[in-house]
Amino acid sequence: MLALTHTWYMTQRHFRAFVRQPMYVAFTLVQPVIWLFLFGQLFKRVTELPGFGEGVNYVTYLAPAIVVMSALFGSGWGGMSILEDLNRGVIDRFLVSPVSRGSLIAGRLIVQGVATIIQAVIILLLGALAGADYRQAVLGALVLLVAANLLATAIGSLSYGLALVARKEESIIAVSNFVLLPLQFLSTGFMAAALIPGWIRSVAAYNPVNWTLTAGRGALMPNPDWGSIGAHLGYLALFVIACGLLSTRAFRSYQRSI
Amino acid sequence: MHAALNLAVDARELVKTYKGGVEAVRGISLRIPAGSVFGLLGPNGAGKSTVVKMLTTLSAPTSGTATVAGHDIVREPNAVRRAIGCVAQESGVDVQATGRENLMLQGRIYGLRGRELNLQTIELLDRFTLTEAADRLVKTYSGGMKRKLDVAMGLIHQPQVLFLDEPTTGLDPEARAEMWEQLRELAWDRGLTILLTTHYLEEADQLAQRLAIVDRGRIVIEGSPDELKAELHGDAVTLELAADADAERGRDLLGSMTVVEQVALDGRVLRARAADGASAVPGLLGALDAAGVTVAAVTVARPSLDDVYLRHTGRSFSEAEEEAGRAKRQDRSAVAA
Repeated sequence: MLALTHTWYMTQRHFRAFVRQPMYVAFTLVQPVIWLFLFGQLFKRVTELPGFGEGVNYVTYLAPAIVVMSALFGSGWGGMSILEDLNRGVIDRFLVSPVSRGSLIAGRLIVQGVATIIQAVIILLLGALAGADYRQAVLGALVLLVAANLLATAIGSLSYGLALVARKEESIIAVSNFVLLPLQFLSTGFMAAALIPGWIRSVAAYNPVNWTLTAGRGALMPNPDWGSIGAHLGYLALFVIACGLLSTRAFRSYQRSI
Repeated sequence: MHAALNLAVDARELVKTYKGGVEAVRGISLRIPAGSVFGLLGPNGAGKSTVVKMLTTLSAPTSGTATVAGHDIVREPNAVRRAIGCVAQESGVDVQATGRENLMLQGRIYGLRGRELNLQTIELLDRFTLTEAADRLVKTYSGGMKRKLDVAMGLIHQPQVLFLDEPTTGLDPEARAEMWEQLRELAWDRGLTILLTTHYLEEADQLAQRLAIVDRGRIVIEGSPDELKAELHGDAVTLELAADADAERGRDLLGSMTVVEQVALDGRVLRARAADGASAVPGLLGALDAAGVTVAAVTVARPSLDDVYLRHTGRSFSEAEEEAGRAKRQDRSAVAA
C-alpha cells in the first residue's frame, strides 16, 4: 500500500519534470513524426515488390513500426534521467528516507509509459491522415500500445540499471547507438519478413523489438493471427520480468557501492 | 545503564572497506548524547562522509555496530530513517521542481499530509527565508538558497537527529555565517541532536560542543574544542624565514631552546609552541639572528584547532587537504587509464 502511495508521489514528480521540459516534449513528439514522413516517402513503393504481402499501403505498414521505434529509443534514453538524479544526490537523499525503493523506478516507468502512449496516439493519427488504413483500428491500437509499453518497460529498466552500474552518459549513448539501433533494423520494422535476408529473419525471431512488431502491428493488419500475437505478448512479458530482475540487481549493486 | 545516558548516536568500531580494498573507515566509535552538537573534523578523504553514510543507513558497514535514536542501523534501517534527517554533501534537491514541491514531496515520504504538511512547509520556508522563492524552480536558486532548502528538507518530519555532511562547503562567507546562525538556533531552541562533518576548523569551533578529529579513517582525538586547545599548553609562534636554505638549521636551533616545547617545519615556515608566546619571541629572534638566520615575519597566536590537528596527525590541515586532493587526482587518472 505504502509502495503504491510512494509510486504515485514519484509519478507526479517525474510527470511535472516531463511537462516542464518543453524542448524534450517537442523532441519526443516531433522526431517520430519526421521518421514517419521520411521513411514513408522514401520507401513508399516497396509494397509494390512481389511478395511484400500484407495487402496494405506502406504508411499502414510503417506507422506501427514508428510507434515501436519511438518506444524503444524513448525508453533507451531513460537512464539519462536517473543519471542526473544520481549525480545531483537526489537518489541518495531518497535512499536515506523510508521511501519505498521500488517507487524510485516504478514512478519513472509510469511516466515513460504515458509518454509512449501519447507518442503512439499522435503517430497513429498522423499515419491515418497520411493514408494509413486499419480495419480493427481501436482493438489493434490497444494491442500495439500494450506491446510497445511492455517493450518500453523492459528497455527502460535496462537503461536505469545500466545508469546505476556504469554511471556514465557515454554508456547510455553507446548502448543506444550500438545496441538499440541495430535491434531496430534487425526486424521487420521497415520491410516485410518475406523480403528481408534469411539471417536477419533468424535474428529477428529472437529480437524483442520484432516481438513487439509481430504482436502490435499484427493486430492492426488485415486477418490478424491472434495465436501468434498472444504468444509474442507472452515473450515480451517474460522479457519485462527478466529486465526487471536485472535492474533490481543493478540497484543492489549501486547500494553496495556507496 | 546505556539508556540512562540517552545516546542519540552510539557507534562501535565501525569499519568500511570498499570493493577494491579502499579502507575508508578503520574502526570509529562515537557516543553522542541526545541534544548536543557533535563535529567530525578532518580533511577531505578522511572518512567523515563514509561514517555519515553508514549512520544514515545509506551504506552498510563492513563490520561494527551502531544505533541511532535507539535503533540498530543494520537491523532496523527504516526506524532509523524515520528518526533522522540527513543533509548530504551533494545537495540532493530536485532542480526541476520548485522549493515548495521539494519540501512537500519530502514531507509526504515521511507520511505528513494535508494541513500538517502545509503548516510545516510554510514554517520551514519562513525559517530559512525562502518564502519569496518558494514557487520558483530550484534551478534558479543560488548555492546558498539550495543549501538552505536542503537543510529545510532534512527537517520537514521533525527528526530527532540531524546529520549534516559539510553543510557550508562551497558557500560564500555571508551565506556560511547565515547557515551557522540557523544551525545554532536549531540546536539551542529545539534540542535537536546534530552530527556535523566539516573540514573548516572554524566551523567546528563555532558550532560543535564536542568534536572528534578524523584522520585516515580513524579518530585521533576527541573532546570539546576548548579542551583540545587547552591540551596544547601554550601559544603558537609562527616564524617565516627569509630563505629556504636556513629552514632546517632554524628548526634545530629552536628545538634546542628550553622555552620551545615543540617545533615543526612547513616549507620555510617554522611553527613553534611556547608557554607564553609573546615573551618568548625576543629570545627566539635573538638566537636565530645570532646564528645568521633571517626572519621575515613572526606571529603569535592562541592555540587553534589547526594546531590541535598538527599535533595529533603530524601534519598541518592544509597539507592533509593537499594530500587528499592528490590521492583523488591519482584515483581519477587510474580510472582514466
